[in-house]
Amino acid sequence: MSSGETIWTDDPPFPENAKRALTDSQLRRNLRKATTTIRERRDGLIGEMADWQELRAAGAAIKDDVLRNLDRYLEQFEQAATAHGAQVHWARDADEANSTVASLIEATGKREVIKVKSMATQEIGLVPALARRGIDAYETDLAEMIVQLGHDRPSHIVVPAIHKNRAEIREIFLREMEDAPPDLTDDPQELAEAARRHLRRKFLESKVAISGANFAIAQTGSLLVAESEGNGRMCLTLPETLISVVGIEKLIPTFRDLEVFLQLLPRSATGERMNPYNTVWTGVTPGDGPQEVHIVLLDNGRTNVLRDEIGRQALRCIRCAACLNVCPVYQRTGGHAYGATYPGPIGAVLTPQLVGVEHASKLPFASSLCGYCYEVCPVKIDIPTVLVKLRHDVVRAQRHPAQDAAFAAAAGAMKGRRRWTRALRLAPLMRFMRRGGPPPLSRWTAVRDLPEPPRQSFRDWWVKEHEQ
Amino acid sequence: MMNARDEVLARVRDAIGCAHAATDVPRDYRVRSDDGIEQFLDRLHHYQAQTHRIPAAELDEAVRTILADRGVRRIVAPAGIPDKWIDHLEPLRDEPALDAQTLDAADGVITTCTAAIAQSGTIILDGGPGMGRRILSLVPDYHLCVVGLDQLVGSLPEAIEKLEPTRPLTFISGPSATVDIEMVRVRGVHGPRRLEVIVAE
Amino acid sequence: MARRVALFATCLIDALFPDAGRATVQLLERLGQPVEFPLEQTCCGQMHANSGYFEADLVRRYVDVFAPYDAVVVPSGSCAGAIRHQHPMVARAAGDDALAARAEATAAKTYELSQFLVDVLGVEDVGAYFPHRVTYHPTCHSLRMLGVGDRPLRLLRNVRGIDLVELPRWDECCGFGGTFAIKNVDTSAAMLADKMEAVIETRAEVLCAGDRSCLMHIGGGLDRNRTGIRTLHLAEILASAEAA
Repeated sequence: MSSGETIWTDDPPFPENAKRALTDSQLRRNLRKATTTIRERRDGLIGEMADWQELRAAGAAIKDDVLRNLDRYLEQFEQAATAHGAQVHWARDADEANSTVASLIEATGKREVIKVKSMATQEIGLVPALARRGIDAYETDLAEMIVQLGHDRPSHIVVPAIHKNRAEIREIFLREMEDAPPDLTDDPQELAEAARRHLRRKFLESKVAISGANFAIAQTGSLLVAESEGNGRMCLTLPETLISVVGIEKLIPTFRDLEVFLQLLPRSATGERMNPYNTVWTGVTPGDGPQEVHIVLLDNGRTNVLRDEIGRQALRCIRCAACLNVCPVYQRTGGHAYGATYPGPIGAVLTPQLVGVEHASKLPFASSLCGYCYEVCPVKIDIPTVLVKLRHDVVRAQRHPAQDAAFAAAAGAMKGRRRWTRALRLAPLMRFMRRGGPPPLSRWTAVRDLPEPPRQSFRDWWVKEHEQ
Repeated sequence: MMNARDEVLARVRDAIGCAHAATDVPRDYRVRSDDGIEQFLDRLHHYQAQTHRIPAAELDEAVRTILADRGVRRIVAPAGIPDKWIDHLEPLRDEPALDAQTLDAADGVITTCTAAIAQSGTIILDGGPGMGRRILSLVPDYHLCVVGLDQLVGSLPEAIEKLEPTRPLTFISGPSATVDIEMVRVRGVHGPRRLEVIVAE
Repeated sequence: MARRVALFATCLIDALFPDAGRATVQLLERLGQPVEFPLEQTCCGQMHANSGYFEADLVRRYVDVFAPYDAVVVPSGSCAGAIRHQHPMVARAAGDDALAARAEATAAKTYELSQFLVDVLGVEDVGAYFPHRVTYHPTCHSLRMLGVGDRPLRLLRNVRGIDLVELPRWDECCGFGGTFAIKNVDTSAAMLADKMEAVIETRAEVLCAGDRSCLMHIGGGLDRNRTGIRTLHLAEILASAEAA
């Protein structure tokens, strides 16, 4: 499959992907090391913020306000951005966004564009879509470049090449980067230097760039891109034409609201008090930066998510990936197992809502519901609750005859005292299945013994003790 | 058939229903910080930037000395940078506009800033006098920034209050860096790999 | 004490782990707090809800059975969590707002065991004696969904004779997660393996937790691997007393 191609999950389903990933001990070491590092840095910085919970509460409330009044904020944004010289386009879905961007590029007469890392453009599969129209798009973020050069897929929202270690990255550079120095070592500093040399000319010569945005400010029509390397600044500053693809949920009401999100995002995402660079631009600034500025406002399923009162909170997400870094499932399976653009806990709630639960029916179950994701989420998305709600949607959308019957039988037994008391008397039968039994029980006993069943249930004991 | 704009807006309205609920935003977080110059310099060190505290009266001399020590000759100087800081060098003025290749060949750039944040070690440029076009402080590999005490605030909310939102803004917290390889922070990818900050007090 | 307190034993303890239920009753009686066990109780419906089957009937049963009491004690963090956080949602999904309101009211007086001991009875030293090396796994729903904090540890630290050792990486999930253990058996097994490694590292004789469900999973793995490490519910340690 080509790099950046949008694919949707369930084929193969998460449990199978996970099983395969779990046999890759190198992957698990890479993930464990990287997620532990980021987690420790994050925890240290959150510890010094006495008002962290207040910031989270504000962040969640601001985003809720945006979602409840999204139509007004979108119109306000469009008006302000247009007044400052930007051209605002709208896209109902991925195809419309891709063809809008391709046409805008074709209008410049260029066939090559440089790109800032953006989840929205990953989601719509922009790079392969442009390739089909004969346009080469070069990822300039180091990790995205590693992924693109390696004909790979991103596996993390903030650090897309988290599944690769330095030695593997060196291999990719030596194999795929025509100007990589032959004596390149796996020192991260040297690898970064090689990336700098590789991209320098592209930055200085490219006329068209594509970006996403971390925040879109309704009040002013401004966009913000947060980054670390300076590749973002290059793309946002040097070209003549800038095209930004922005999900409609990226809005925040006012410039002032940045005082909340620029405290929440870097600490949660990379464990820094502030990431090295934030660029804020408002339409066209005469004589400074791109003189042709386009903004493509993207729906692509977001209005489906907005429809659900419980699931809607997933649209608060600011793509910090803190939930991935603490997730015991993600840490062991990596991001590819989720089979979609957004991996990890947030992906498990966002993807099924964006594409419909019937197309991603295993993702809501790809969690032990441990709740760590909710605890670290800077905008307080109650991911476990949304997961449970989506599981409910899945069982309603699809029939699972054996499972449906088993749960119905259990619920039936639980709906009356006498039925329940009788059912409990069957427990001793478990003695014969402690290490075996038919599926799905065999999936329990594959790695664990069942407990030795008791001689009598608790209620039988109670009755004997208390009600003789 | 509806156009994309109208259809997306219609979908939004349909999804949220006709009742636009007002949401109160609790802003109980801190908007002031006691962090000052020590924290500012400490954070910048943490980011591997070089720093100096210079009495205002000695600033001109200090700038000249630092630039000499760094071996900088072709220095990019946005409009508003005092001549006395750079007139012994080969200043590259942005009049007419410098092209990317010229900037790439420069030894460095000197700017002022519009605000600086102690708590996070951040300097903010807004394209005003002493800062110039965004490209000027981006392409050269060395960036020297002069910060006045009156520009330094404690917290991000204090800085946000000072900014003009629609100017082109660049928040800079340390030299270019990446954590993309094993989450190890290494300095220097595409932006200036060396950042040096002088606080004039 | 005039309070009428009910025990919600949970379906798992009722069916498979009656010792934990008995220990809860004995412990509370020793502390002068008698409990009743309404026999109409069955299950809170958590396993169903977490698997996508919202059983409003089970919510209604719980509410009907326990609404008359002043307080309900639950020796399970995850069941208490489900009652507090899932019951209203399940009721609302069934379109029964009146039930949701009653569920909220009943949930508000439902307490996980350590919360009941510390917050309602105001006890941190229950007068227990347990001369063994013990490590404690906090379980995710107690820790995060309910926020019981260090209450169980405060109770355990006051146990006479106990050698309480900290579990490495204690805040990490054991991989149980209800039907997750079956639906995603490979991931669950990988999490279990790491949890068992941490438990074995402590050289404890007993692994203790406030949730028999997680203990069934970890204990099942410890048994399968013949580690000889026992699992005990928090109530069982707190109910242990010096032989007279």
